[in-house]
Amino acid sequence: MKPERHFFQTDQLQKLLSNLLSKGYTCVGPQVRDGAIIYDEINSVEQLPRGISDQQQPGSYSLKSNNSTKFFNWANGPQAIKPLLFAAKEKLWQSKQSTDGHITFKTSVPNPQPIAIIGARACDIAAMKIQDQHFLQQQFVDPCYKARRENLLIIAVNCALPADTCFCHSTGDGPFVDDGFDISLTELENGFLCEAQTTQGEKILHELLLEDCSNEQLEESELIKTNASKQKRKLPEFDIKSRLFNELNNDAWHAIASECLSCGNCTSVCPTCFCHSENDVPELDGKSSAHFREWDSCFGQGHSYIHGITIRSQTSQRYRQWLVHKFSTWHEQYGRSGCVGCGRCISWCPVGIDVTESVAQFADRRCDQS
Amino acid sequence: MSKPSVAVHKFSSCDGCQLSLINLGESLLVLSQLVEIKHFAEAGPLDEEAKVDIALVEGSVSTTEDETRLKKIRDNCTYLMTIGACATSGGLQALRNMANTDEWIADIYANPSVILSLDNTTPIKDHVKVDLELWGCPVNKKQILGAIRALLFGVLPEEENDKVCIECKRQQTVCVMVTKNEPCMGPVTRTGCGALCPSVGRDCYGCYGPAENVNTDALANRLLGFGLLKDEVARRFLFINSAAAAFHKQGMSMKEAD
Repeated sequence: MKPERHFFQTDQLQKLLSNLLSKGYTCVGPQVRDGAIIYDEINSVEQLPRGISDQQQPGSYSLKSNNSTKFFNWANGPQAIKPLLFAAKEKLWQSKQSTDGHITFKTSVPNPQPIAIIGARACDIAAMKIQDQHFLQQQFVDPCYKARRENLLIIAVNCALPADTCFCHSTGDGPFVDDGFDISLTELENGFLCEAQTTQGEKILHELLLEDCSNEQLEESELIKTNASKQKRKLPEFDIKSRLFNELNNDAWHAIASECLSCGNCTSVCPTCFCHSENDVPELDGKSSAHFREWDSCFGQGHSYIHGITIRSQTSQRYRQWLVHKFSTWHEQYGRSGCVGCGRCISWCPVGIDVTESVAQFADRRCDQS
Repeated sequence: MSKPSVAVHKFSSCDGCQLSLINLGESLLVLSQLVEIKHFAEAGPLDEEAKVDIALVEGSVSTTEDETRLKKIRDNCTYLMTIGACATSGGLQALRNMANTDEWIADIYANPSVILSLDNTTPIKDHVKVDLELWGCPVNKKQILGAIRALLFGVLPEEENDKVCIECKRQQTVCVMVTKNEPCMGPVTRTGCGALCPSVGRDCYGCYGPAENVNTDALANRLLGFGLLKDEVARRFLFINSAAAAFHKQGMSMKEAD
């Protein structure tokens, strides 16, 4: 059964926020900081990037005022939902040695407060669903991710104005969100079309002044979707999964490596990348030690360091590892590509390497038999 | 069993790395219970020729007297650890290696013959075997204590050689290069500082030296694309770690091309 859709006036948005806050949620929403739209705590709609749009190009991100009064007329910033669930750095356990020499270990599972994220995009949610697979549905469930995930309420906002770097339409992950949310909103001229997908979401929504939505409003929403689907950038249409895997020795990897800084920005902003490293930080007295996990990248040396050697010492090997995993071997692991078309790796690459172009380079190469 | 012993030696430097040690605060008290600090002129203990387990060396080699003293320090220690950019890569004063210093000396000193500097100022590793290097200008508490703690456990400290970018992103710092076209050195610079400069909205100036596997060409091209002149790009590389191989090579190629 298709969830029921309603409409609420713009003034109800603050009510939504206030209701969430009074229920004990920490609200995390988009706001302008340091020249970008980032997610952080909000308690007022005044903090939202109203009338602001983002302009994104390979290696470039800027904001500008638009003539609209809309709150969500922008595509995305450097973060997705990832930092809220897969912490960039966290303590996993602590060990302590008592005076008699006995060592005790204590796990450190977070006890998160409920968070409501407002403004999650379709690509962000598609990525979260992949990370859910990785952290929750495999043999070993990650307790830290799980604790946060169970306390996350997701209020999605459908994308109206994708950036030039967006290609979610070609990966099938956007611009509108289909599932994986509690509440989804589509921002219209005078308010929001809304629908709830969970009981929790429905309850929260029905505390607002809801109106039946008109045919005109549904048409306005459809038009927004049609326009937002017209994205210039897209993935090539050949069988990327097989093609890349058959091109492991192609010279193209060296050509990309000559441009690539091997800085790992692409993997850090990628909402599906989940690699991490672990390290121990002992107290100076040597009696206790904390074991940390933090984001790592396949573009660093440590990622392929095994028994005294670095398997992938060159950038060409590291870039190949990233791309082939993301677009090829990911299918075997998670049943789909690891790319959701958010375009972050394109915008936030300091030298502007475009992942869609990297993939497209393999279009007319010798391995057409794949 | 006697406590492991430590000495702190100084060569050409600003003393900033030694100050990082003195600024350890409470940790310095804990440290002084774990090790015997035999020589640390800036903090008090004086015994320059003491045999020690760990010698921490700040500063670069600038005179023949430095060379002699350094060889003795090496002979008197088990582990020699350089602390900071000067000791590790020559530091700021290595900029003089690219200048006509005879001319400068003649301009400044009434009697230039009293100046006994070597032609070049050089990192410690150019003269003696270095067991461990701590990069940075100055080094920080986390590095120093982490390294000493690891040695006390009988293991080598983990090397931090990722790029600053990785740390920026962990901290959710917005990229100053992508949003503001700042000529940030983060993509080629070794982490360890906690991405300090970008976290306050400015560009990294490379004080921790080159990271592993750097592509300085690609960064230099990007900076040219931002409108920097070749000489300006050269200055980004030829600064605090001008004698570090990767920065030196890139900087000199931009300088010569200008």
